[in-house]
Amino acid sequence: MSEAVVWLTIFVLSVFVGIEVISKVSSTLHTPLMSGANAIHGVILLGAVLVTGSTDNTLALVVGLVAIVLAAVNMVGGFVVTDRMLQMFTRKKPATASREEGKA
Amino acid sequence: MPVWVQLVYLACSVCFILALKGLSGPRTARAGNLIGAAAAVVAVIVPFVYLDLDHVPLIVLAIIVGSAGGVVGARRVQMTQMPQMVALFNGVGGGAAALVALLELHEAQDVIDSVGWFTLAATAFTIAVGSVSFSGSIITFAKLQELMTSRPVVFPGLPVVFGAGLLAAVVLAVVEVQGGAMWTGVLLALLGLLVGVLLVLPVGGADVPIVISLLNAFTGLTVAAGGYVLSNTLLLVAGTLVGASGTFLTLLMARAMGRSVANIMFGALKGGSTLGAGEVSDRPVRSAGPEDVAILLGYAGKVIIVPGYGLAVAQAQHTLRELVDVLGDRGTVVDYAIHPVAGRMPGHMNVLLAEAQVPYEQLKEMDDINGEFKQTDVVLVVGANDVVNPAAKTTPGAPIYGMPILNADEAQQIVFMKRSMRPGFAGIENELLFDPKTTLLFGDAKDSLGKLLSAVKSL
Repeated sequence: MSEAVVWLTIFVLSVFVGIEVISKVSSTLHTPLMSGANAIHGVILLGAVLVTGSTDNTLALVVGLVAIVLAAVNMVGGFVVTDRMLQMFTRKKPATASREEGKA
Repeated sequence: MPVWVQLVYLACSVCFILALKGLSGPRTARAGNLIGAAAAVVAVIVPFVYLDLDHVPLIVLAIIVGSAGGVVGARRVQMTQMPQMVALFNGVGGGAAALVALLELHEAQDVIDSVGWFTLAATAFTIAVGSVSFSGSIITFAKLQELMTSRPVVFPGLPVVFGAGLLAAVVLAVVEVQGGAMWTGVLLALLGLLVGVLLVLPVGGADVPIVISLLNAFTGLTVAAGGYVLSNTLLLVAGTLVGASGTFLTLLMARAMGRSVANIMFGALKGGSTLGAGEVSDRPVRSAGPEDVAILLGYAGKVIIVPGYGLAVAQAQHTLRELVDVLGDRGTVVDYAIHPVAGRMPGHMNVLLAEAQVPYEQLKEMDDINGEFKQTDVVLVVGANDVVNPAAKTTPGAPIYGMPILNADEAQQIVFMKRSMRPGFAGIENELLFDPKTTLLFGDAKDSLGKLLSAVKSL
C-alpha cells in the first residue's frame, strides 16, 4: 500500500467520523460546538512548534514565533471561551433548586 | 518519529473525536471540551520531549504570550460579543496554519526537487485557504464588532475582481506545484488575504454566523493539509474532523435559517441583496405605557416570551427573569420561545439566558412551542424582530423568505418592546407591528422591563 493512500484513508475516515459524531447535536449547542471545534484546530500550534524548533534562519524564526503566538491564542482562548459558555449551561441546576426551595 | 510518539498522537486523535462527541450533548459538553483541551496540551508538549528543538526559550515565551492573550480575551469578552471572539480565534488559527506552510516551504527550498507534487499542492492549499480564513475572519470580526458597517458591501466589479483573484490563486497554485518556488507561496498568501476580504464583504450582518462557521471549517481543512505537509497524523485527523463537522454544522445552521449556503455567500453578488431596503415606515402603530402592558401581562393565563438580540444588547436578561418570576408567582404560565438563530448565532440566546440563570425547562425550542401560540394570551417580544416576521411565510421576495419563524401572530395579543421603529437585523419591515392585536412599548429593553416589573408588582 502506497504511503499517499494511507494518508488518504485516514483523511476519508476522519471525514465520516467528523460528520457522524456531531450529527445529533441540538441547535442549543451549535454555538459551543462551533467554538469547541474552533479550539481543536488550534492544535496547529504543534505544527508551529515543530517548524520553528528546526529552523536556523532568523527571518523564519521570527515568522515561526508569530505563528506560535497566533496558534496559542486560537487553542487556549478557544477552549477557555467554550468552557465559559458551557459553564452557564451547568450552573442553572442549583439556581433552579434554590428558587424552588424559596417558593416552598 | 518514535513509536510511542505516534501512539500518543493516536490517543490525542481519539480524545478529539470524544471531545466533539461530548460537545454535541448538553450533559457531556463540558467534559468533552476539557478532554479536547487536555489532548491539545499533551500534543503540544510531546515534541519538547522527543525532539532536540532549537530556540526552546523563545518558543516557550511565544506560547506563554499567545496563551495569556487567549485567556484574557476569552475571559473578558461579554457573552453578547462571543460570536466575534470565536471569529477572531478562528482567524488567527488560519493565519498560523498559513505561516507554518510558508515556513515549511522555505525550509524545503534546498531539496525542493525531491518534494512530491502532492505535498506541494497541500502546501499551496494550506497557504491560500489559511490566508482566506484569516482575512475573512478579521472582516467578520469587524462587522460584528461594528468597527465597520454590518450591511453587505458591494461595489461595481466586485464579482469580477473576486473571480480574477480566485483564478489567479488557482494559476499560482499550479505554478507552485511545478517548482515550489518561495515567491509563489508568498504571492499565494497575499492573494488569499484579498480573496478572504472579498468573500466576506458582500455578506449581510444577519448571515455572518454562517460565515464564521464556514471559515471555521476552512481552517480545519487547512490544518489537515498542514498535517499532510508536516507528515503529522494528529494534525491531519484533528483538522479533518473539524473541517468535516464544521461543514456539516454550517449546513445545519443554514437550514435553520431557511437559506442555502451559496445564497448566503453569493446572494449579494447576484444583485438580490442579503439585506432589504431598511426604510422606516410612518404607518400608524398602537403604542402603550408600561402600566397598560403590566395589566395585559398580570391578568394573562399564559404568556410566551420571545427574546432577541436587543435583549442581550441592553443586558436586560436578569430584569426579564425577575419579571417572569413575579408573573409566575401570580399564577401565570410563562415560557421562553427560542428561535434557533435568536441572538447572533444558533444557540446564542440559550447561552445568554443561561447566564441570567433562567431555568432550562422554561426554554422551549421553536418546533416544540409553535403549536402553543394559539392558546397563548400574550406574546412578549423583547428585542426580537425577524424571528417573528410573517414576511418569512407570506412575502416570497423578502430576504428572510423561507426562514422558519415563531408563530407569534397566532396569539391573542402581541406586545413588542422596541427601541424604535427601525427594522431588525435583516433590514425588512415587520407587518406584525401594524397588526391590530399588537401593542408597542418603546424604550430601552432594560429600562422598559424595569418599569414593567414595578408596574406588575403593584397590581
